[in-house]
Amino acid sequence: MTAAETAAALQEKFPGAVLSVTEFRGETSLTLTPASLVPVMTYCQGELAFDLLLDISSVDNMGEDPRYVLVYELYSLSTKIHLRIKTTTSEEEPAVPTVSHLWPTADWHEREVYDMMGIKFTGHPDLRRILMWEGYPYYPLRKEFPLGGLPSDMPDVAFTGTAPLEGGPFVTSAGATDRVRAEPRAKGEK
Amino acid sequence: MSTELTHAAYDSKIEGNIIFTQLDAAMNWMRKNSLWPMPMGLACCAIELMATASSRFDIARFGAEVMRFSPRQADVMIVAGTVTYKMALAVKRIWDQMPEPKWCIAMGACASSGGMYRSYAVLQGIDRLIPVDVYISGCPPRPEALIEGFMRLQRKIQGEQSFLAQKKELVEALRE
Repeated sequence: MTAAETAAALQEKFPGAVLSVTEFRGETSLTLTPASLVPVMTYCQGELAFDLLLDISSVDNMGEDPRYVLVYELYSLSTKIHLRIKTTTSEEEPAVPTVSHLWPTADWHEREVYDMMGIKFTGHPDLRRILMWEGYPYYPLRKEFPLGGLPSDMPDVAFTGTAPLEGGPFVTSAGATDRVRAEPRAKGEK
Repeated sequence: MSTELTHAAYDSKIEGNIIFTQLDAAMNWMRKNSLWPMPMGLACCAIELMATASSRFDIARFGAEVMRFSPRQADVMIVAGTVTYKMALAVKRIWDQMPEPKWCIAMGACASSGGMYRSYAVLQGIDRLIPVDVYISGCPPRPEALIEGFMRLQRKIQGEQSFLAQKKELVEALRE
């Protein structure tokens, strides 16, 4: 069985759950409805032997609805199939059910997504920040968060400031058609 | 003709054991040749710091081989690496625990200015929290650069008014 056949089997097993299947350079991605995430993941982990959860990441498509996309990378050590599963969550109430009861590694991956993007995982046993400290008021990987950061202060814990970015080497132009035009060099900045 | 000096205070037995100098010069000389570092290794600069301490570069030649992991026993804090905001107050706390006199070396671009991390997570230079005596450029600096920074710190210490700094009230009382 290949990844594409696995995707087709999932579509057959869970009618209405799979919103789309895309193939790109030999990689298969499924987009699920938020409600079907846990049943499909349970089936994948159990029946389809996806015993390894490689990563959970999140995408912020600001301006679109639903705004956030969750990306789960599954791999099976026995069948050697790599499957990417996506689901979405809204800006108003960014929350998806946890899968940490299926793969223990999801515990920290979900904490990282919560820390950086502010998406809550319902049913998570220990949803705390993992990189920033408790009490830090922002979610730094959201699009509205500026690159240089925002000032904050937690007495005796930590503080943050705003980093100077003028003329910095990494400030690219948003909306440029390609990477060369987006680079600071294209604006004549040294 | 005899060349033997006949001075009442002269004793040939202790001739080589007495030098005349200034108190500051003597104190500074002792301090600068026995600087015990507090290795604040936070990133890749710490690897170069370790190389500097190892046999090829050997900062024992400068009296600084005694890396102290207790701030109470350290003289100079070498901030080697990226200081994140999460770590910043811990570095400050360790600095506060070091007894006077103390010095600080900001090793590398990150400790000096935040380096390439123009970021929400990184303190833009340790000098925003603690006073820095010597900045060392490089990403990371080679051990030779750290040794150069060390020798500059030694030169700075040699010029300090140590006695005045240590016994300020006594000196002021004597002046009156």
